[in-house]
Amino acid sequence: MPIAYIQRTRERYAAYPPYHWTLNHDSPWTPLPKPIKDCRVALLSSGGLYLPDQPRFEDNDASYRRIPRDTDIDTLRVYHHAYRDDDVDRDPNCVFPLDRLRELVAAGVIGELADFALSFLTLYSARRELAERVPKLLAELKAMAVDAALLVPV
Amino acid sequence: MSSAWDVTFAVRPPRAVFVNFPLNHETGKANEPALQRAILLDALRAFETLWQPGQMLTLPYVWDRDDRTWEDVDYGPQATGYGVGTSVQGGFAERTLGRAAGRPDTHLPRSHGGHSQ
Repeated sequence: MPIAYIQRTRERYAAYPPYHWTLNHDSPWTPLPKPIKDCRVALLSSGGLYLPDQPRFEDNDASYRRIPRDTDIDTLRVYHHAYRDDDVDRDPNCVFPLDRLRELVAAGVIGELADFALSFLTLYSARRELAERVPKLLAELKAMAVDAALLVPV
Repeated sequence: MSSAWDVTFAVRPPRAVFVNFPLNHETGKANEPALQRAILLDALRAFETLWQPGQMLTLPYVWDRDDRTWEDVDYGPQATGYGVGTSVQGGFAERTLGRAAGRPDTHLPRSHGGHSQ
């Protein structure tokens, strides 16, 4: 059975006011414009990964990093708050599957990867996420003419 | 890509796939490219087959057929904290990713007998 994380964290942090999880009652919908094998796909990750020549993330950071699609993922750094990163350290593909996605492009499963993957760090404030980061991420995706976005929350 | 069913259900993205793995393994197990590839193939296929906004497809992969102790680790009552290996993380920290030798073993129970489906 899937773990009931909302209930579990509510119990664990019972001394604090309950966290307001995002609750949506409907979803936007865009039909896939063409078969996935012809699509340009972008990877988005909240794992706090970045390149050594990029500034690291900060506390309550609404910034994001562009990770080129040909990056050797062993060179990535991670800066984050409280997630278990030892398997991510062993093999970043378990949350940032850039190697696998490149292989799938070569195999013809996806048309191509967007020029950059977008990497950021979790913001606990949904309001700030929507106001400060989402418009920039959307602009990046549109600039890259992406057909489909694969989001991996870490 | 989700490993937290209840959180994702509440967010209600247009399309979602769920894998019942420990957190931070949404696209598979470390150093198991075949499993990672299988998960991604299913997710990419879901772009084409999910037809109603808000659907979440549960993928059939099992972390460990014989050992479910991982289910108690994340935010469970016994958990004390997270970090590289068994160290408790006291806040933000920076690490260089890589296949560094000599990493301490994760406190997460390791699966036995390879990945399962």
